[in-house]
Amino acid sequence: MKKTGAQIVIECLKREGVETIFTYPGGAILPIVDELMDSPFQQIMVRHEQAAVHSADGYARASGKVGVVLVTSGPGATNTVTGIVTAFMDSIPLVILTGQVPTLLIGNDAFQEADIVGITRPCTKHNYLVKDVKDLARIIKEAFYIAKTGRPGPVLVDLPKDVLINSTDFKYPDKVFIRGYNPTYEGHPGQIQRAIKLILKSKRPILYVGGGIISSNASKELLHFAERLGIPVTMTLMGLGGFPGNHPLSLGMLGMHGTYWANMAVMESDLLIAIGARFDDRVTGKIEAFAPQAKIIHIDIDPTSISKNVRVDLPIVGDCKRILTKMLSLLEDEDLNSFKEGLNKWYHQIEKFKTGHNMKYEQKDKIKPQYVVEKIYELTKGEAIISTEVGQNQMWTAQYYIFHKPRTLLTSGGLGTMGYGFPAAIGAQVAFPNKLVIDIAGDGSFQMNSQEIATAVHYNLPVKVAILNNNYLGMVRQWQEFFYQKRYACVCLKGASPDFVKLAEAYGAVGLRATKPEEVVPILEKAFSINKPVIMDFEVDPDENVYPMVPAGEPLNQMRLV
Amino acid sequence: MRHVITLLVENEFGVLARIAGLFSGRGFNIESLCVAESLDPTVSTMTIVTRGDDQIIEQVLKQLNKLIPVIKVVDLIEKDYVEREMVLIKVSATPQTREEILRIVDIFRGKVIDVGAKTYTIEITGDEKKINAILTLLKPLGIKEMVRTGQVAMIRGSKVITESS
Repeated sequence: MKKTGAQIVIECLKREGVETIFTYPGGAILPIVDELMDSPFQQIMVRHEQAAVHSADGYARASGKVGVVLVTSGPGATNTVTGIVTAFMDSIPLVILTGQVPTLLIGNDAFQEADIVGITRPCTKHNYLVKDVKDLARIIKEAFYIAKTGRPGPVLVDLPKDVLINSTDFKYPDKVFIRGYNPTYEGHPGQIQRAIKLILKSKRPILYVGGGIISSNASKELLHFAERLGIPVTMTLMGLGGFPGNHPLSLGMLGMHGTYWANMAVMESDLLIAIGARFDDRVTGKIEAFAPQAKIIHIDIDPTSISKNVRVDLPIVGDCKRILTKMLSLLEDEDLNSFKEGLNKWYHQIEKFKTGHNMKYEQKDKIKPQYVVEKIYELTKGEAIISTEVGQNQMWTAQYYIFHKPRTLLTSGGLGTMGYGFPAAIGAQVAFPNKLVIDIAGDGSFQMNSQEIATAVHYNLPVKVAILNNNYLGMVRQWQEFFYQKRYACVCLKGASPDFVKLAEAYGAVGLRATKPEEVVPILEKAFSINKPVIMDFEVDPDENVYPMVPAGEPLNQMRLV
Repeated sequence: MRHVITLLVENEFGVLARIAGLFSGRGFNIESLCVAESLDPTVSTMTIVTRGDDQIIEQVLKQLNKLIPVIKVVDLIEKDYVEREMVLIKVSATPQTREEILRIVDIFRGKVIDVGAKTYTIEITGDEKKINAILTLLKPLGIKEMVRTGQVAMIRGSKVITESS
């Protein structure tokens, strides 16, 4: 049967099991927008295309499904770029459909024309310009396949208007065949054997796990593996929730703002088992001084991640879940008693690192931002979906909210995108309408996408935003305090931000404010009981800093503790 | 260290941009790049000459492999291979130098493919060493212009680089 390009797009999305589309309309994409009228998809119309991508990203991170974005050509497409790079850096599966001017006008500087395929080439896993309606179904099939297989990532498909209008016989391909794309899933058996041997020989092993654990849904296997061997686990920001933070083997987050004991344990370990992590500079500190005594096993699905930043002794390319499963089966017949007994000294050493170095803050008359995060954790019992913006709010969340489960922390780890958290929370709320979704925000970051209050109100998505309002771009201010002689250029927002309570009300949301410590819990309780979007403004101590801190480029054991 | 890398890529628009962008975006250098259709018209063969230490080359190879339209990546440095480049050289030709130029061209088994009132245009094919050698000899005589194709390369013997090899 003949279908137009626009109808083919709709049909393909149905076949891919898409339920929700985050969109903003425009001229070039109108043929598809028109078809949406009669389609079964839930359509979330955002207020800015950047937010469409962040929302789809939040939806994807929380649910594990592919997030779908539909925007128009030119500015509609270019507005998605920050969202795309955010997803690319954190390996989030998205399909972004952009309108394009008709093929005959491409290259003519037509109205609302932008070379979005050229612009996004380095920041997508792959992208396509569809030139013929006959290729459309195959390309969309490939786009979804590429986005969700291997190391996931965003794929953009650029759709010229005439391709959407032209008709052809529709046939959805059953299979994908891309000869240049064959991700490795099964780890090399010999390497896995060698890894087990190396592990059983170690005296001070540590598991260093990242977002790969979450994207490959390997949390259960990781838990079994860590427990079977009794190896302590430290997580990257992206890995939080991949291993229960309240587990006795959890050392919390490592890196620039990681726990003292996690960083010290890495520096003292004799075997670092990296799984689905990529040795980012915020994790390693001074790279030459990172884990100096340790042999390194690196398990990752992306071969380019291996030996990119550090020399690895034993690489295993493949899917974390399958490799952990394989390792567990090989360990089944091993007698681990003497190995586990040998770890007691290591546990004692780690206990010593913990003594006197727990995360702390002192609450007096001003609300401490850490206190707000801690109370959010206590009240939600760690069961909420939490998103963050970027900066101090993000780090305090990582430190004071204990993540028990995967896919409960949505945060821009790689790119560090301010303005990510609120639209991501909206996306997560769309995926889980009955769950409590909270964006822990800063007063600066929140304003980068605060227009999305309108989207939350429009679709009655009861997202909660907790603004840790210190009237500063706090993390930048912290760096200026430490490294730029307290010359606070361009960071003070005092008297220059809107009244967030009134702002919420202007959009038809609920606004609440706490100025004293004793108001924090009642305000949170009230907000969580309201089935509407709520913006909470917590006036917090403006001078509070994030500790511990490893200054950029220093070794991990050079931490500022106060 | 100098590496010669052969790529099999999908013969479609945008592939060259992806590869060039990969090199520039990650700070790898390209010394030369040659691309044209292969025996299979859906596949292009690309020869890239690059330099870098082992870690950089390892990244170059892995990153190239990661590109979806790249079908195969072979670093020829690990193999026994031949390489050739063609160069067109426009050299000043005066009554005093004509004889010598012709002699050099003859020794290097080159060809004079165009003659002007004051110039010869020479075609020469060879590996990097040979090209450099003739350039050194012609330089004192006055090279006015030079255009190089970049290297193409192939494994010696009966072994071939195919999709599945």
